[in-house]
Amino acid sequence: MAILEVKNLKKSFGSVDVLKGIDFELEEGKVLSIIGASGSGKTTLLRCITSLNDADTGKITVNGNVVFDSENEHKLSKEEINRNRLAVGLVFQSFNLFPQYTVLRNVTLAPELQAKKRDDWKKNKKQIIEQINANAKELLAKVGLSEKLDAYPCELSGGQQQRVSIARALAMNPEILFFDEPTSALDPELTGEILKVIRDLAAEKMTMVIVTHEMAFARDVSDYVIYMDGGVIVEQGKSEDVINNPQQERTKHFLSRFQEN
Amino acid sequence: MTEILLNAAQGGFMNSEFMEVTLSLLTGLWENTKLFAATLLFALPLGLVITLGSMSKFLPLRWLTRTFVWIIRGTPLMLQLFVVFYVPGLVFNVPMQDRMMAALIAFVINYSAYFSEIYRGGIESIPVGQYEACQVLGMSKSQTFFKVILMQVVKRVVPPMSNEIITLVKDTSLARVIAVSEILMAAERFSRKGVIWPLFYTAVYFLVFCGGLTLLFGYIEKKLDYYKG
Repeated sequence: MAILEVKNLKKSFGSVDVLKGIDFELEEGKVLSIIGASGSGKTTLLRCITSLNDADTGKITVNGNVVFDSENEHKLSKEEINRNRLAVGLVFQSFNLFPQYTVLRNVTLAPELQAKKRDDWKKNKKQIIEQINANAKELLAKVGLSEKLDAYPCELSGGQQQRVSIARALAMNPEILFFDEPTSALDPELTGEILKVIRDLAAEKMTMVIVTHEMAFARDVSDYVIYMDGGVIVEQGKSEDVINNPQQERTKHFLSRFQEN
Repeated sequence: MTEILLNAAQGGFMNSEFMEVTLSLLTGLWENTKLFAATLLFALPLGLVITLGSMSKFLPLRWLTRTFVWIIRGTPLMLQLFVVFYVPGLVFNVPMQDRMMAALIAFVINYSAYFSEIYRGGIESIPVGQYEACQVLGMSKSQTFFKVILMQVVKRVVPPMSNEIITLVKDTSLARVIAVSEILMAAERFSRKGVIWPLFYTAVYFLVFCGGLTLLFGYIEKKLDYYKG
C-alpha cells in the first residue's frame, strides 16, 4: 500500500490556481523528486502535504491516515493533527534553524517537547532526555557534524546549517521526509554535501519527496520523478524514463534547458 | 579626633547650602526612582498583554486595542496625568487620595502602550520560517512562542526598549504637574527662594541615572550577542 496518496488536490491563492488537480502515490522506502520551473506549484504541493497550507479540495493520506479530505467534513482532533504533523518531516530551502540554540539543542528541542506528553515523563525524565541527546548526537554524526554540537547556527556554513536541519527533521522519526529545494540557497560548491546526505538516507530506505532543480541528482537518487508545470503534473514515472526519455513536449522543452548548460 | 571631624562637619560642609540642596534633591530623586521602578514593574508585562490584543485575530479586540494605543500615544503624558488625578474626583466624586498612585497609574498606562508597540515590532520581525519550522516539528503555539520566538524577540527589542526606558527616567519629572514631590519640585522650592542653581544641578542626577542604565543595557546587549539572527 502507498505510504503517501494525493488525490485530485487543488489549491488557489485568490484568483491564482496554483494546484489544478494533483494525483500521485508513493510507496514506502521510495524516493520521489518533483521538478519543474519556478511557479509551477511544487512548493505549494509540499506545503499542502505538510499542513503548512490548507488545500482547497482533494484528499491527502499519509500512512493510511487522512491529513486532508475536502469530501469528509469530520474535523481532525488535536491528537490527529499532531500525529499527522509528526508523520512528515520538512527540510526548508532557508534552513530555519533556531538561532539562539546550539546545534545539539536545535535537534533535541522538539523531541523533548514531545516527550513531555508521555505518561512516564516525570518518572523517567533523566533517561528520556539522555536517550534524546544520544539519538541527536548519532544523527549529527551521520550528517558529519559531530564536531559542531556546541556551535551556534550563525557560526556554520550554509551547507552545515542545512545538514543540522536535516538531522533536526530526522530526530522526529518522520514516516516521510520532504525537502523543499534543499540546495537552492547554497553556493554550488556546498550542494554536494547535502546531496550526499540525501543519498545516504535513500540507501537506508527512507521515504523521501524532494523538490529540486538538480536534474542529474533527481535522476540518480530518486526512484520516481514528477514534472510539474502550471499547477498540473505533466509527466510522471521512473526517474530515468522521465529525465532521459521524456514523452511530453513540455517535459522535453524543460529538460533541454538544463542540457544546454 | 572625632571632635575635630564633628566640628569640621558642623562648621564646614554639613551645614553648607550645597549639602542641604544635595540631600533635598536626593529625597526628590527617591520619588522619581520609585515611580520609575514601579512603572517598569507593571508596564513591562502589561505591554505584552496589550501586544497580544493588538495582534489578535479577533478583529474587534484588535481595533479596540489599537484605538487605545492611538489615544495614549496621541495625547501628552502630562494631560494623562491630569486626567487620572482629577477625573475620578470631578466626575465620579471619588477624589484621588494618593498623588503618587495617580502618577503611577498614568505612567503605567502610557508606557505599556509604548512598550506594546515595541514588542509588536519585535514579534513581527521574526521570520515566518521560524514559526513554520516549529509547526512541522509538532510544537504547540505556546511552545513555539515561549521556547523559540520569545528569546529572539528579547534580543531584538533591547535597543528600542533601552531608549524608551531612558526616556522614562526623565519623564518621571512630569509627575511634578500633580505635585508629586519629585526632584524638579524639590529644586523649584530653592529657586522660589531665589537660589536658582539647584534647578540646573538636577541634571547631574539624571545624567548619572541614565549613564548607569546605558552601561546596564550595553552589558545586556553584549550578553545576548552570543548569536546572530
